[in-house]
Amino acid sequence: MIRLQKVSRNFIVGDQQVAALRGIDLDIAAGDYVSIMGPSGSGKSTLLNLIGLLDRPSSGTYLLDGGDVTALNDVQQAKVRSEKIGFVFQSFHLVPRLTAAMNIELPLILAGIPVAERKQRVAVLLKNYGLTDRADHRPDQLSGGQRQRVAIARATSMHPAVLLADEPTGNLDQTTGKEVMNLLEQMVAKRVALIVVTHDPVIGGRAMRQLHMVDGQFTRETGRAA
Amino acid sequence: MKLFDVLLFASGSLRGSRTRTLLMIVAMSIGVAAVVVLTSLGEGARRYVIGQFSSLGSNLVIVLPGRSETAGVNPGMLLGQTARDIVVDDAEALLRSPAVRRIAPLTLGAAQASHGARNREVIVLGSTADLLPIRHMELAQGQFLPQIDINSAMSVCVVGAKVRRELFGPDTALGAWLRIGDRRFRVIGLLAEQGESMGMNTDDLVIIPVASAHNLFNTQALFRVLIEAKNRDMIEAAKHDAEEILMRRHGGERDVTVITQDAVLATFDRILRALTLAVGGIAAISLSVAGVLIMNVMLISVAQRTQEIGLMKALGAPQGEIRRMFFAEAVLLSMVGSTVGWLLGEIGSAIIGMVYPTLPVSAPWWAVLAALGTALLTGTLFSVWPARRAAKLDPVAALSKR
Repeated sequence: MIRLQKVSRNFIVGDQQVAALRGIDLDIAAGDYVSIMGPSGSGKSTLLNLIGLLDRPSSGTYLLDGGDVTALNDVQQAKVRSEKIGFVFQSFHLVPRLTAAMNIELPLILAGIPVAERKQRVAVLLKNYGLTDRADHRPDQLSGGQRQRVAIARATSMHPAVLLADEPTGNLDQTTGKEVMNLLEQMVAKRVALIVVTHDPVIGGRAMRQLHMVDGQFTRETGRAA
Repeated sequence: MKLFDVLLFASGSLRGSRTRTLLMIVAMSIGVAAVVVLTSLGEGARRYVIGQFSSLGSNLVIVLPGRSETAGVNPGMLLGQTARDIVVDDAEALLRSPAVRRIAPLTLGAAQASHGARNREVIVLGSTADLLPIRHMELAQGQFLPQIDINSAMSVCVVGAKVRRELFGPDTALGAWLRIGDRRFRVIGLLAEQGESMGMNTDDLVIIPVASAHNLFNTQALFRVLIEAKNRDMIEAAKHDAEEILMRRHGGERDVTVITQDAVLATFDRILRALTLAVGGIAAISLSVAGVLIMNVMLISVAQRTQEIGLMKALGAPQGEIRRMFFAEAVLLSMVGSTVGWLLGEIGSAIIGMVYPTLPVSAPWWAVLAALGTALLTGTLFSVWPARRAAKLDPVAALSKR
C-alpha cells in the first residue's frame, strides 16, 4: 500500500545541505504494524512526515495505493491526508478552545460531512474510547491519557488506511502509555497500517516490524512473530 | 468544509480570544461611527441650507434692481444716473412671458405699528395676493391680500404671528384696525408661525398691498420682484425673459440682476456636499487605520495559532481552506464592528440632533453604505495577507513550533 523508492530528503541549514533521509526503500501493506526506532536526528520524524504528506521528498518516489502522491498538488494532497491518513502526535495537538467532541469532529468538518452524520460518528467514537462523559470538556480539563484518546479518536474518525503516530506515549506515564498503545494496536486488526515512531525500545518492540534508523538510513529490520 | 462550518469555526476562534476580538471591534466601530456622525453632520448642514432656500418657494426667479458689473461702462454712468428703479408696471410686464406663472412685487420698509396702547416697529412688506403661493406662506386665520388691481391701495393687512402676539395680546386681531405709520389698516388675515427663513422672519412681518406700501413709504421703487416659473424647465426661460422685458422697458439698458433660486441652491448644494464628502473622507482614513490594526492583530493571531494551522493541514485542510477560515474571521469581525459602529454613529447623530434641533442630522444612505462598505473592504483586504501567510505555513514546522 505504501511504497517508498529511493526517497531522500535534504534540508538546507545555513549554507550547508543536510541529508535527513538517504535513499529510503520501504514497503508497508495494509494491516502492517511498523515501528521506526532510532536516536533523535536519525530522520525518523522526517520519514513519518513524508509518509503523512506533510513534507515532500527531495528525490525518489512515494506510491500510496499504487498512485504517485508526490506529484499531487496541495488540494489533492490535502484530500489524501483527509481520507487516508490519521495523525497522532506526541503533544496531542488538540485545539484548546474546542471541546473533546469538537476536536474529534474536526476532520469530519473539514471533509464537509453533513452535521447529522458527524454527530453520530462522533458519539460512536466517544463511546468507543470511553470519553462519552468527557465530551464537553476542553483539553485543559482532561488528563494526558484522555487527551491522547481524544487525539486517537480524531485520527480514526475518517477511517484512515494509515495511522501515523509520532512518539504517541512521549508525554504519558508508562501505564497510560500502554493503554494508548493498546488503542492504537486495535486499529491494526481493522487492516489499518500503523506506523509508530519512537525512541523507546519497549514501545517499539511491540510492533511486528521494527525498523532501526541511523543517519537517515535503515540499519536493520527486526521482526516479531505476529 | 461547508460555508456554515467555516463561519461557525471562525466565530468560535473569535470568541476564543475575547480581548483581541473586542479591540478590533472597537477600532472598526470607531471608524464607522466617525464616518456616520461626520457625514450626517455635513448632510444636516446641507439639508438645513437647502431647506431654508426651498422654503422661499419653488421654481423661483428673483429680480433685484441694479446690476453688479465687473467691467465696462454703461451710458447711465456717463450721465450721472444710477440704475433705474423697478416699478410696479415693470413687474406686471413680466407676466407677459409665457414661462412665468405668477409674480409678486415686494416693497420693504420699517414702520411703527400700533394697536391701542401697544406699539412696536414692524417690517412692512408690500406685495400682492400671489405672494402667498409663491413664497409658500401659510395662514393661521382669515384671508390673505385680496386679488385686486396692483395699483389700488386697499387698507388691509396680514400680520405675522409675533406681531399679532405683541400688539394684540389676548384681543381678537382679525377684523381689528392696525395703525401703521400714519395710516390705518384692517387686519384680514393672520400668518401661521413659520420662524426664520433666509434671514427674514415672517413672524415679524405685516403684509399690505403693494400700492399701499408705496403710499406709506412714499416711493415707487420695488425692493424685489419674485417670479414663479411655470415649472423647473422654464426657470431659465423665465430668467431670460425677465432680463429681456426689463431691458426693453429700461431703454435698452440691463440694469437689473436676475438670479434663480436653483442656481443659488445648486451652488450651496455643491459646496456642502463637497464638505460632507471631505469630512467623510477624513473619517474614512480612520477606517483604514482600523484596517491596518486588523491586519496587525490577524498576523499576531496567525503566529499564535501556528500549531493549530499545522494541525488543520495535517487533518486535511488545503491552503484554500485555511485562507477561508482566517478570511471568515476578518469578515465576521468587520461585520460586527461596522454594525456596532453604525449603531454608535446613529446614536451620536441622534444626540447631536437633540442638542441642535434645527439641524436635520441624519446620515445619508450613501454615507452609511460607504462606511459599511469601506469597513468590510478594509477588514477583508487587510486580512488577505495574514490569511495567505497562514495558508503558506509549512505544516511540519508549524506543528513542531512551541
